[in-house]
Amino acid sequence: MHIIAFLIRRAVQAVIVMFVISIIGFSIQDNLGDPLRELVGQSVSEAERDLMREDMGLNDPFFAQYARFLGKAVQGDLGTSYFFKRPALAVIMDKFPATFELVIGAVVIFLSLSIPAGIYCAINRTSWLSRIIMSGSILGISVPVFLTAIGMVWLFGVELGWLPAFGRGDVYELPWGWETGFLTIDGLKHLILPSITLSSIMLPLFIRLIRAEMMETMGTDYVRFARAKGLSTARVRYVHAFRNTLLPVVTVGGLMIGTLIAYTILTETVFQWPGMGFLFLEAVNRVDTPLIIAYIIVVGLIFVVVNTLVDFIYTLINPMVKLPGAKA
Amino acid sequence: MAMLEVSDLHVAFPRGKRGWVEALRGVDLTLEKGERLGVVGESGAGKSMLAFAILNLIADPGRVSKGTIRFEGANLLEMSESEIRRIRGNRISMIFQDPMVTLNPVLSIGTQMVETLKAHRKISTAEARRLSIDKLKEVAIPSAETRLDAYPHELSGGLRQRVVIAIALLTDPEIIIADEPTTALDVTIQAEIMALILKLCREKDVALILITHDLGVVAEVTERLMIMYAGKCVETGPTRQIIDAPRHPYASGLLKALPQNAERGSRLYQIPGSMPPITALPNGCSYHPRCEFASERCHAAAPALVNGVACYNPLKAKAEATS
Amino acid sequence: MITWRGFLKRFLSDPVAIGAGIVLLILILMAVLAPVIAPQNPYDLLQIDIMDSEMPPSWQPGGDPRFLLGTDSQGRGVLSTIMYGTGISLLIGIGAVIVQGILGVTLGLWAGYRGGWVDSFLMRLADIQMSLSTLMIAIIVLALFQAAFEASVYADYAIIMLILIIGIAEWPKFARTVRSSVLGEKNKEYVDAARVIGLPARKVMWGHILPNALTPVMVISTIQVAEAIMTEAALSFLGLGMPVDRPSLGSLIRSGFEFVFSGSWWITLYPALVLIALILALNLLGDWLRDVLNPKLRRGDD
Repeated sequence: MHIIAFLIRRAVQAVIVMFVISIIGFSIQDNLGDPLRELVGQSVSEAERDLMREDMGLNDPFFAQYARFLGKAVQGDLGTSYFFKRPALAVIMDKFPATFELVIGAVVIFLSLSIPAGIYCAINRTSWLSRIIMSGSILGISVPVFLTAIGMVWLFGVELGWLPAFGRGDVYELPWGWETGFLTIDGLKHLILPSITLSSIMLPLFIRLIRAEMMETMGTDYVRFARAKGLSTARVRYVHAFRNTLLPVVTVGGLMIGTLIAYTILTETVFQWPGMGFLFLEAVNRVDTPLIIAYIIVVGLIFVVVNTLVDFIYTLINPMVKLPGAKA
Repeated sequence: MAMLEVSDLHVAFPRGKRGWVEALRGVDLTLEKGERLGVVGESGAGKSMLAFAILNLIADPGRVSKGTIRFEGANLLEMSESEIRRIRGNRISMIFQDPMVTLNPVLSIGTQMVETLKAHRKISTAEARRLSIDKLKEVAIPSAETRLDAYPHELSGGLRQRVVIAIALLTDPEIIIADEPTTALDVTIQAEIMALILKLCREKDVALILITHDLGVVAEVTERLMIMYAGKCVETGPTRQIIDAPRHPYASGLLKALPQNAERGSRLYQIPGSMPPITALPNGCSYHPRCEFASERCHAAAPALVNGVACYNPLKAKAEATS
Repeated sequence: MITWRGFLKRFLSDPVAIGAGIVLLILILMAVLAPVIAPQNPYDLLQIDIMDSEMPPSWQPGGDPRFLLGTDSQGRGVLSTIMYGTGISLLIGIGAVIVQGILGVTLGLWAGYRGGWVDSFLMRLADIQMSLSTLMIAIIVLALFQAAFEASVYADYAIIMLILIIGIAEWPKFARTVRSSVLGEKNKEYVDAARVIGLPARKVMWGHILPNALTPVMVISTIQVAEAIMTEAALSFLGLGMPVDRPSLGSLIRSGFEFVFSGSWWITLYPALVLIALILALNLLGDWLRDVLNPKLRRGDD
């Protein structure tokens, strides 16, 4: 497939998804909460209100209002948060680094554990360690993430007191305004429990997936042929079998983005992690409509970007969907 | 001593909690340098099992339960994994049945060739690539230099099988085991590929074990023949001799079933019944339920392989036996 | 396929399956019989006394023999509330899977049988919906609902809303499974025969193809109930699901969470254990069913 065709196809898909999300966002704004009430309160007379409505274009036809909404949204103006009295997008973006770092922490944990564990269980199918890992994985799938979170807080945060269980701790502000917890010891300590929690539900799923896929590729003819060529066991396993295992793993990984974002909301709630998910729930409780819309749109964007990235990685490791320009 | 000597080879698979079931039940085989041997039988007779057993590649949970496989005197079954790896793909290589699934889809042809050379020789990548291109040219692949960077899905089935053959020949092996190398290909290119294998084996004096269910191909390519039925060898001998005058009723049935042997206008012959699965073998000779010459003895005990045939009532010797 | 006798034999020879089956049976009985066997009715305000609030389990100092597992912050017996809450969780879980099944089987049959653009459109939609994830969709929809309606209105419709949202958001799992079975069955002779004798498409699909696609549907149903219960619990924990005065296991844990660190651990711990046991039992049974009925189906890349 041609790289330009790939980019165009992705761009079209992205536009469609963002269009649907913008319609949803606009309908929410249109139906939820009266911007006038937020602006002027109850004290203004009905006649004055009508005048202001006309002024603000609230009586315009649907499409005119939507076009205005879209025009502003494209420029990054998603309205002003009722609660914070600041641009909604800016409020969300302030919280983005916290969520981003939490997700990165979780992804690092579950990838670095699930790949070796999955491969091990596929190769040593009947060993006692494999049995323990596989039984443990079904238990892991069955414990809701918020219970893992509560358990972590209670055990390591309260009873043992080993690790901080609330908030982000010290952050270090990078020159472009990004507050990172990666660069302070305290920040890293605060990251441990939440990111373990967030990875806890992905880990067993990926162990099972990698094991199943690896077992399947280990039984294929090309792996047998690789052995018949006299290659070392390591090369057969990690180059021939594992490379092919990666394809479905990347696909499923792409399908998990939504779930991962949803779980950040749960994790952030329990750990009072000052991220976007925590902010979103507060916004819901306060009926802070612009903030709710901003969150949905930002999550939609993240979703589109990550999906494109996953597709791109997939084409890189699968020569059957090849971009010319990348050397074969 | 023959270059390869397999004797009394048994391969078993676990069945149920404690039981085992045998897919190969005592197979003997010898192969001299440069000799071409055909192994013929229906699918399920254990032909492929024999091929994989020789390279100690029986898939888990199956295993060789008895017997020896001697290559230049050394028993392959007693070797460590690293010792046998020096033989696999180096001195004995294999051509698989279906080229569409034999090559790894995510690795380029070049990678899959170079890694083979590097596994067996101390050699630079550049040198390995040069040798690979040479081999691709030998198997008549057009524009070999560019094909090296191609991926399997970019080649047709026929070309892929040529690549597999090139990989098998890369290390100049003494033996090639070809497991139904043309079955999965288009009829139009089957003969081409078979002719290529035969030509290369002759030129390089490589011994060939050709596994097939096609007696016609075997007649053209091989010097000696081994006919298998239900995990055992039922008849073995020079190819010409068996084709002209088969002694085992099964061998005779297989030959009669060939279309070219049918009389014009008559119906094609078919051996009655089908081969039993290895989990439900009859007592005595496994072929007796389908055999028109079966006697009391055949029900009671399996005949041993004597003078190249495992039958109490071999066809040619029949007159002598009854007299 | 295997016979019922073989099925029962396999079940009785597997201690894990028996254990999971027993646990599930106990939990279901406990939920169904709650109105009869529960010590109190936690929905009946007359039986609740705020003076009884935050009592520890009866064997602990300060415990009350009336409340075996203690009471929550409103004075409801934890044991009774768990019994009723398990019922609500199960009701939503099973209800949602029925909705998923009806939608998914219908759309899956349609996509697989028709093929063409219907198929591509539905499967593309399924892809997008699956990667958005049910939980994310449910969180957003419910959040908007809650923002739009009064809490009291919302509480009345919470069960229906949860069943519908989890049901509608999860249709792709069933649809894909059914579709692939249909594609496998479609070109078999008996379907051709049915078509040749002039049976209408609807009859061929429901009468001939569907029965052959039922095995994988059964397998995923069990695991889907577990997932639906888990989703409901997560939503309720976030305050987007069942209201606190008619709690499911999730909302019970939410109401207890505030008090965990002040020492009233029992309000959270017991419902949590029941929730885990319920999901685990369903997952184990689902895995077992899959192994017995269809070893090719796998979790993770469905």
